[in-house]
Amino acid sequence: MELTPTQHKTGRIKFILGGLLILAAVVYLIASSTQASAEYFMTVDEMKAKGTTIVDKNLRISGAVVGDTIQYDPKTLNLTFMVANVPGDNNEIEALGGLAKVLHDAVIDPTRTRIKVIYNGAKPDLMRDEAQAIMTGQLGADGIFYADELLLKCPTKYEAAIPSQAGGK
Amino acid sequence: MFADLGFGLLVVTFISAIYSVVAAIYGDSRKDPRWVESARRAMLLSFPLTTLTVGVLLYLLSSNHFEVQYVYSVTSLSMPMYLKLTALWGGQSGSLLFWAWLLSIFSSAVMLRKWDRDREFLPWVIVVSSVTLAFFLSLILFFENPFARWWQTVTGTVAAMFAPAGASLATPADGLGLNPLLRHPGMIIHPPMLYLGFVAFIIPFAFAVAALITGRTDDRWIRITRRWTLWAWLFLSLGLVLGGRWAYDVLGWGGYWGWDPVEIAAFMPWLTGTAFLHSVMIQEKRGMLKQWNMLLIILTYDLVIFGTFLTRSGVLSSVHAFAQSAIGPMFFTFIGLTFAVSVGLLMHRWNELKAESPMTSMLSREALFLLNNLLFMGVLIVCFWGVIFPLISELATGQKITVGPPFYERATAPLFGSLMLLMAIAPLAAWGHSTIKTLGRTIWKPGLVALITPLAAFYVGVHNVVALIGFTLVSLVICVTLYEIWRGSMARSKKLNENFLVSIWRLFGRNRRRYGGYIIHISMVLMAIGILGMEIFQTQTQGTIPVGGSMELAGYKINFDSVAQFDTSGGRNVTRAVMSIYKDGNYLGQVFPRRDYYYESQQPMTIAGLRSTMLDDLYVILVDWQPISSIGATFKIYHNPLVNWLWLGSIVFIFGTLVAAWPEKESAVISATSKKVRAPGAAD
Repeated sequence: MELTPTQHKTGRIKFILGGLLILAAVVYLIASSTQASAEYFMTVDEMKAKGTTIVDKNLRISGAVVGDTIQYDPKTLNLTFMVANVPGDNNEIEALGGLAKVLHDAVIDPTRTRIKVIYNGAKPDLMRDEAQAIMTGQLGADGIFYADELLLKCPTKYEAAIPSQAGGK
Repeated sequence: MFADLGFGLLVVTFISAIYSVVAAIYGDSRKDPRWVESARRAMLLSFPLTTLTVGVLLYLLSSNHFEVQYVYSVTSLSMPMYLKLTALWGGQSGSLLFWAWLLSIFSSAVMLRKWDRDREFLPWVIVVSSVTLAFFLSLILFFENPFARWWQTVTGTVAAMFAPAGASLATPADGLGLNPLLRHPGMIIHPPMLYLGFVAFIIPFAFAVAALITGRTDDRWIRITRRWTLWAWLFLSLGLVLGGRWAYDVLGWGGYWGWDPVEIAAFMPWLTGTAFLHSVMIQEKRGMLKQWNMLLIILTYDLVIFGTFLTRSGVLSSVHAFAQSAIGPMFFTFIGLTFAVSVGLLMHRWNELKAESPMTSMLSREALFLLNNLLFMGVLIVCFWGVIFPLISELATGQKITVGPPFYERATAPLFGSLMLLMAIAPLAAWGHSTIKTLGRTIWKPGLVALITPLAAFYVGVHNVVALIGFTLVSLVICVTLYEIWRGSMARSKKLNENFLVSIWRLFGRNRRRYGGYIIHISMVLMAIGILGMEIFQTQTQGTIPVGGSMELAGYKINFDSVAQFDTSGGRNVTRAVMSIYKDGNYLGQVFPRRDYYYESQQPMTIAGLRSTMLDDLYVILVDWQPISSIGATFKIYHNPLVNWLWLGSIVFIFGTLVAAWPEKESAVISATSKKVRAPGAAD
């Protein structure tokens, strides 16, 4: 089927408009969804510094678990503990001697900013002293962090760990 | 000794790969086929060389050579043989070697094809595969050497390939062992599948670049690589599904897909690859979208490299990032360079890649294919945005903002829904020209039948609007596809006076790609049923109950019968609960949620007790149990409706892809004729 140049043009415009429409839809979806589910990633220090301005916003914070403060009631599944401030930046953590050392230093240093966390749910396996807790939730007006989600990371020894009991051969 | 051998082989392979790049370019510029032939042989040589290297590493892994750092970090004495061998891809350097090995297998296999008609492509296919191979080998040689050993020096133990001055070899008594989370059948085959898919996509890219460089920009490169692409896509899809199954079985959070950056990294090449599979058909049938196809395969290639990097570099904090390394800048440089060069070549050939005829009708088959491509790109943009948004926000505002699963779910759901609608419409749309009227005439019958499902769902009490829309779309796709198969078979049966079943069989046999594609469409909506069930209807409960106590969820009563703790082989301590499930007072069976504690790595692992039917899954997790306390045990229970359809769909999917990818007899003859018949509205 041969088309005249004008038909070509209107055909093209139709397709360009259609493409723009889809692009606009995708942009709208991204923008609205980003707004609805944005989580502000911050350290304990930053969160304290912001104070009440961020109460009830979705936050994602990470900190070092202070072992002595872990309290867990298996009946109600209420878990409370304190986390100490650790740097949020991976490069910074590496520069300070790696995650394990950073977590350890944070827990033994009483001058570090600490915050109380309340989480309702089963106590995760890795919930122990000097684990890194990554939590999403909201900061309450009472200064307690209410976590909806709790992820724990322990410095892994699976890669590049140096053998401790190496014997000569 | 063996470590030295492995390292030596790597060096030789690297040199041979560099040589084949140089020889191929030189041979092509001098128009001297002897140099190209020499390059081809060097490429072929990479296969036995990397195979031997992998063999050496497998030997070291299986025979407890803990003086080798990699062996030390991924195996231990107590691991069974099959786990020691599969530890080949259990860590970073091993998986990079595995990747290089797969690439050498694929590129050698390509070298063995008949090149008669495509001589001009050969040197450039060699160049692309060899450059990629050399890149991975250089990562292994200079940054992540699986053959590095432990050395005892005066200051301590260090890892290096060769002995530092005055050091002696240090052999630890036992290795660290593979992360328990990775000791699962799903995890043993998930990485190889994903990698097979990743690596196989290199081949179509190599041909695309060859076509751009030589200027032979017809659809020849697409026809050569068509089947490759399908196999690559099959493996990549399987890798994704197996990863999901692994997460469901092992990670114990009741789901299969968490929109983790690493999952997304593997998903992105799948999106461009899927778009590519669709749009090449338009180029073959209508001579359109040529530039677009080039762009898609370039994107797929670089997303594959990016995916390999993300899964193996620990650049993002995620459950997968059990590896940490300094190879990031290398990867980014390589991705940037290959992307820039490929896009440069594409610009160079831009005018030669113009469509042979313009697209005119918005509802024609080709326009709907284009729409499908745009939607896939939309999903890709959403994914990409989600992954890089934290970086952008940090650069722009100094505040790192992340987006979680709700972002992806919200933003992609309408796009996936539209894709399903397209699956329902496009098979009925005609090539070239199609209107609402012509489309409506064919779609109303299956459309009416399709309405039964949402009506039935509404009748049994499903009032969620999103779910009803989803079920309508699923039903529509299935009805339209079956209708289309029925129509084709009927026509054939009438015309040739065949038995109807014979007609179906032959219809599939004659148009494997088309009908394989239809089966894949059905498999996709079957998976969609499972996803809808999980996303919309998943419920959960948790609590601590004593032995004899029970919990209730979604009409089920789950009774805690007993719990036992014992040691098993493999250095594990197992805590296993026995739970009985009742519904409306009827006993349905037992599940056994478990917690395995690995002494060696001091790591626990949670294995859910699963009662699975096509209607729903009960997914019971033993969260906590203290032998000394009399309180009881803590359980978390998920009710996952319809999730089994996801796994059923993936089996149908494999079947469909096999139908589409199965070698055809006389395929050359068929493709030669179908190229000439490019009339709009042709039967194909």
